[in-house]
Amino acid sequence: MEKIFNLQQLINGIQLGSIYALIALGYTMVYGIVRLINFAHGDFFMIGAYASYFIILFATLRGYHIPVVIIFLISMGAGAGAAVLANRIAYKPLRYKPRLSALITAIGVSMFIEYIFSALPVIGPSYRSFPNEQFIESKIFTIGTTTISNYAIIDVLVSAGLMIFLTYLVKYTRVGMAMRAVSQDKDAAKLMGIDIEKIITITFIVGGAFAGAAGLLTGVSYPRIFPYMGILPGLKAFIAAVLGGIGNIPGAMLGSYIMGISETFATSYRSLLGEGIAFAILILVLLFRPQGLLGETIAEKV
Amino acid sequence: MKISRNLKLLFYCLIFYVIIFLLNRYNIINDYILHIINLSLVYVILTVSLNLINGFTGQFSIGHMGFAAVGAYISGIFTTLIWKINPSNPINYLLFFVALIIGSIAAGIIGFLLGLPTLRLRGDYLAIVTLGFGEIIRTIINNIDYVGGPRGLLGIPKFSNFTIIFIITVISVLVIRNIVFSTQGRAFKSIREDQIASELVGVNTTIYKVYAFTIGAFFAGLAGGLLCHLLQIAHPTQYGFMGTIFVLVMVYAGGMGSITGSIIAAFGLTFMSEGLRLLLKWIDDLTPNFPVGIEWRMVIYAALLIVIMLYRTEGLMGKREFKILVPEEEEK
Repeated sequence: MEKIFNLQQLINGIQLGSIYALIALGYTMVYGIVRLINFAHGDFFMIGAYASYFIILFATLRGYHIPVVIIFLISMGAGAGAAVLANRIAYKPLRYKPRLSALITAIGVSMFIEYIFSALPVIGPSYRSFPNEQFIESKIFTIGTTTISNYAIIDVLVSAGLMIFLTYLVKYTRVGMAMRAVSQDKDAAKLMGIDIEKIITITFIVGGAFAGAAGLLTGVSYPRIFPYMGILPGLKAFIAAVLGGIGNIPGAMLGSYIMGISETFATSYRSLLGEGIAFAILILVLLFRPQGLLGETIAEKV
Repeated sequence: MKISRNLKLLFYCLIFYVIIFLLNRYNIINDYILHIINLSLVYVILTVSLNLINGFTGQFSIGHMGFAAVGAYISGIFTTLIWKINPSNPINYLLFFVALIIGSIAAGIIGFLLGLPTLRLRGDYLAIVTLGFGEIIRTIINNIDYVGGPRGLLGIPKFSNFTIIFIITVISVLVIRNIVFSTQGRAFKSIREDQIASELVGVNTTIYKVYAFTIGAFFAGLAGGLLCHLLQIAHPTQYGFMGTIFVLVMVYAGGMGSITGSIIAAFGLTFMSEGLRLLLKWIDDLTPNFPVGIEWRMVIYAALLIVIMLYRTEGLMGKREFKILVPEEEEK
């Protein structure tokens, strides 16, 4: 209480914000291209965490040594696979139906993934501790009264690396150009010979992979996983995306860091306050700047 | 003399009531089934009131249980206090109704306050704000020690019984039906069909949207009050996002913009939900080596939601109504 602002909380906030950013990017990309709030995105994140959990468990049981990069790729692949499947089965048939029915379907997909994970006997509804020490041994650096674990550094570095990759992908490649075209005008993009469904699939792959990576990072940094772990981070990341201006990639990053930092400060003030602060921020932003911090106002067409 | 359709409707309600009452009296249906019927009736209020906001006015709200929580907690606190003073006071039932009304009005005021931001937001953004609102209510409840915080509000007296719930449900449904088939109802539907066009022909969209939210919230608060006096507990998780999803599934399964559909879906899905519980228990007993968890109930529920949306987007009834629920003046 005596010092609400301190460096320790700031570092924790940035760590949390990096994870939110990875999830928020998937949200914002999918929204930018399909105009769908993909509620199941938080569950791709959970799937990524479970995939890496089982791989690490399997490796330690058999005594194999699996390189860290491979584990990363597996959890990203799991997230991406789930995203592509959800798109193919549930979202694609509703592409040209009213947008709200797609939203309801997304809620349904999210529920389905969560409950099937907690219903399957292999996984179950209980909490599991993530074998983070088997992944990378923890080290703690102390600077004055502030401590930084190497997990925090990994989180920040990995998410920064992936964000740089995404910026490169969207800005300087042909696929990225097609993505931007589809998000601006679907029909015109189709007339220009862009395969829209392919671009949407690629978007889901990238978004799902980022969510999977975030799942692994969360498992490592906050070593407790359970089938419903995706709900709250998913919602908060979505709010971060809205805060920055949905559909806007730098906005999602900015919003995520703001969310992460304000949440850690609120939680350090009173533990149960942390959950509500996200939604309070959201409502304030939407009341005073509905397009988000970096979003552009779009004129409504009749 | 021709009997008016409204009288006929009330007559059917009375028959339904008497049949259920007698069946229970002579133990043909036990208290468990009566409890499920009570739950279904409460869900009817919740579903119809959410349908007023989502289906008839076209404002996508997913924080409905937040309103119910307000009604439940406020009326619950009130009656718990009364109960502590004197449990056998004859006017307690009267005070229970007062508590219900206070809770509903409080929920209505919250709905009014939440309706104000809807002036600027539409579609997805509105959905997220209402979702956030529901979560804020839950967080606030979790933080207040007086109402039990995360433990929930315990020891609420059991005032709701079949008779009270049934009467309140019939009144609520009739009031909402009358609103829907009145001038206001037409304004709601015009906003749903095309907001800009309805603004151009002189509908004050702002006022009507706030109005829909306030009415919907009022009835949600009423249902919340009934629910907590039926279950004798109000718990924050009951009124969270999942609770709203339950009601939302009912609205969509029944049909957006159909009161009949909402009633059928509320009954059907509540019974299905309980039936699945029994079915899973039966399968579980059948296969002792392979335990089947109760979670499968929710898996089936979620799959049902997806299938409804994929193959019957407009729901069971679409926008159609049973003739008995449509006022005679409406058919020309």
